Amino acid sequence: MDLLEIKNLHANVGEKQILKGLDLNIKKGEVHVIMGPNGAGKSTLANIIFNNPQYKVTAGEINFEGESIKNLKTDEIAKKGIFISFQTPEEVPGISVTNFLKAAKNARNNEPIKIFAFKKELEENMKKLNMNTSYSTRDLNVGFSGGEKKKNEILQMLTLNPKLAILDETDSGLDVDAIKTVSKGISIFKNENNAVLIITHGTKILQEINVDYVHILVDGKIIKTGDSLLADKIEKEGYEQFRN
Amino acid sequence: MSKTNIEEVNRNIYDIKNKNEYSYKTIGLTPNVIKDISKQKNEPQWMLDLRLKALEIYENLEMPTWGPDLSELDMSKIATYVRPKTDMKKSWEDVPDDIKNTFDRLGIPEAEKESLAGVGAQYDSEIVYHSIKDQLVKQGVIYTDFDTAVKEYPELVKEYFTKCVPMTDHKFIALHYAVWSGGSFVYVPKGVKVDIPLQSYFRLNAKGAGQFEHTLIIVDEGASLQFIEGCSAPKYNEINLHAGCVELFVKENSFLRYSTIENWSKNMLNLNTKKVIVDKNGKIEWVTGSFGSKISMLYPMSILNGENAKCEFTGISFAGTGQNLDTGLKIVHNAENCSSVVNSKSISKGGGACTFRSNVSVRKRAKNSKITVSCESLMLDSISRSDTIPTNSIENEDVEFSHEAKIGKISDQAIFYLMSRGISEEEAKAMIVRGFADPISKALPLEYAVEMNNLINLELEGSIG
Repeated sequence: MDLLEIKNLHANVGEKQILKGLDLNIKKGEVHVIMGPNGAGKSTLANIIFNNPQYKVTAGEINFEGESIKNLKTDEIAKKGIFISFQTPEEVPGISVTNFLKAAKNARNNEPIKIFAFKKELEENMKKLNMNTSYSTRDLNVGFSGGEKKKNEILQMLTLNPKLAILDETDSGLDVDAIKTVSKGISIFKNENNAVLIITHGTKILQEINVDYVHILVDGKIIKTGDSLLADKIEKEGYEQFRN
Repeated sequence: MSKTNIEEVNRNIYDIKNKNEYSYKTIGLTPNVIKDISKQKNEPQWMLDLRLKALEIYENLEMPTWGPDLSELDMSKIATYVRPKTDMKKSWEDVPDDIKNTFDRLGIPEAEKESLAGVGAQYDSEIVYHSIKDQLVKQGVIYTDFDTAVKEYPELVKEYFTKCVPMTDHKFIALHYAVWSGGSFVYVPKGVKVDIPLQSYFRLNAKGAGQFEHTLIIVDEGASLQFIEGCSAPKYNEINLHAGCVELFVKENSFLRYSTIENWSKNMLNLNTKKVIVDKNGKIEWVTGSFGSKISMLYPMSILNGENAKCEFTGISFAGTGQNLDTGLKIVHNAENCSSVVNSKSISKGGGACTFRSNVSVRKRAKNSKITVSCESLMLDSISRSDTIPTNSIENEDVEFSHEAKIGKISDQAIFYLMSRGISEEEAKAMIVRGFADPISKALPLEYAVEMNNLINLELEGSIG
């Protein structure tokens, strides 16, 4: 059974149609990459999977582990085991990184988490991502640099340990070292029981990751699927060849 | 799906009413009522004269022509004095059960054991319990109910009473002086540092009644004090009135932190007056959380009267359905090198209105003044209101002044972000609101920060259909 199955997905932002019949199947153990030019619908796809109220599905299906998640609320989708690393993570004053993650973990578990073990796990994960552990007491993303915000997303991914992680342009705006750290985080996370969907412009983030499929998204549809060599080709030649 | 209205949510501990029992009660506002109150209290003549003079002033002053509509207040119907069925006790064991239980539920005796150096508890018009640690008594600290202070420390009371807040300030302070009853009197002698807070709690149980407590605190030279006041009342269908008065004196090199957690019921008109006079090198810190009342008009005033005097104000108000919280502050810089930092926040939801009025006045002689005012408002829906009304009068050029006001709605993107991690919509909103209030929570003692978070949760409960 597919972990994620998207069939003929059509979606709008306001009145504007962005996705125009998108199909995508992701199985456990796989790493998928979606590349595409600006405005192709990459971020729309990520937001639609999470039922962001600003977007609207007009046709098609989204199934996770065989069940439709199309009409679930965002928090219910997350609790099924899907994670999204946002392109521009929100700054939320007055909530520390630790308390935020604690609330997220508690929302998933029936019984409250054990604080000591949780803190230990969090610190270990922070070290893996070369994050200063003092960030755990800081307000969520407030005053974080672009790189720190992205690392914080990856930290959340490691700590919440989802079945499917969607990384929306996690590499954009990052320097080489930060991209390496993010790649490392993905490698630590990845195993045969979960899957990763990387939405990206560039290929640097892919260099240290074993990619199974690369999809090219243009004008709301996946128009070509290949292996990691396709990403290299795009890097060299751009998307022009795929436009009508 | 059924929608729970916030008004219907059980405000649990705050809302439990006791039977309407009292040993004496006056209704309305006439010279005879005032003579009656004074007689009940067995007061000296000078206090009765002061009350009668205040009544005269009250009758000659106009109602405020600005701010919320107070036309539903009918003073002839307000119970101006309600003496509970007990006199003041020094042990909780001696306080009648129902009254003791009320304070038990509010956590006062427990807090007293764990984290307070003294407690005053007022029930309707009179203090029913007062205590202070022996250690402080030995150091000369006075912390007692006001009636006792009038009798036992007449010189101190005469020297300071009405000297910070004159009875001519406005109509409701004149009303206060005419019918005042209860409240606490604190004197901290020179050089004495009271590290553990004192707390006075004011509970109004009687229906249709007014509470007019007078709190007077003198922190003498080089001394320091933290004082907490809490207040609450169960809800009735008729108007209750609170017109208390707080007079604070912060002497040279001394420090006072005055914290308030106000949770009056939503039939309360809260027309309270607070003022401090700060001398050279003194510092006042105001910390306030205002949740209750139907209408509030409250603008604590700080007069920085000596060089290097400092004022810090940290406050939050939360207005829900049917609430109009008109609050703010006044600051006067009256000497050189004074500084003031104001950090005010407000939250409104369900059609509630928050207005923040600030009035900063820097006198000509107050060179090298520094003033920072920041106010931030959060509206949880599109039917709520929030206004910021600053008025400033700066009479010299040597002033650093900044005023920053932000009014915003709760961010849908932030809610989505939290929900994307599995947090429910209701909890996401509550977390964002608690986060917004966090700088104020941090300024409160732990137990009160917890209480404030509980109040926020209570206010938000059932707000999502």
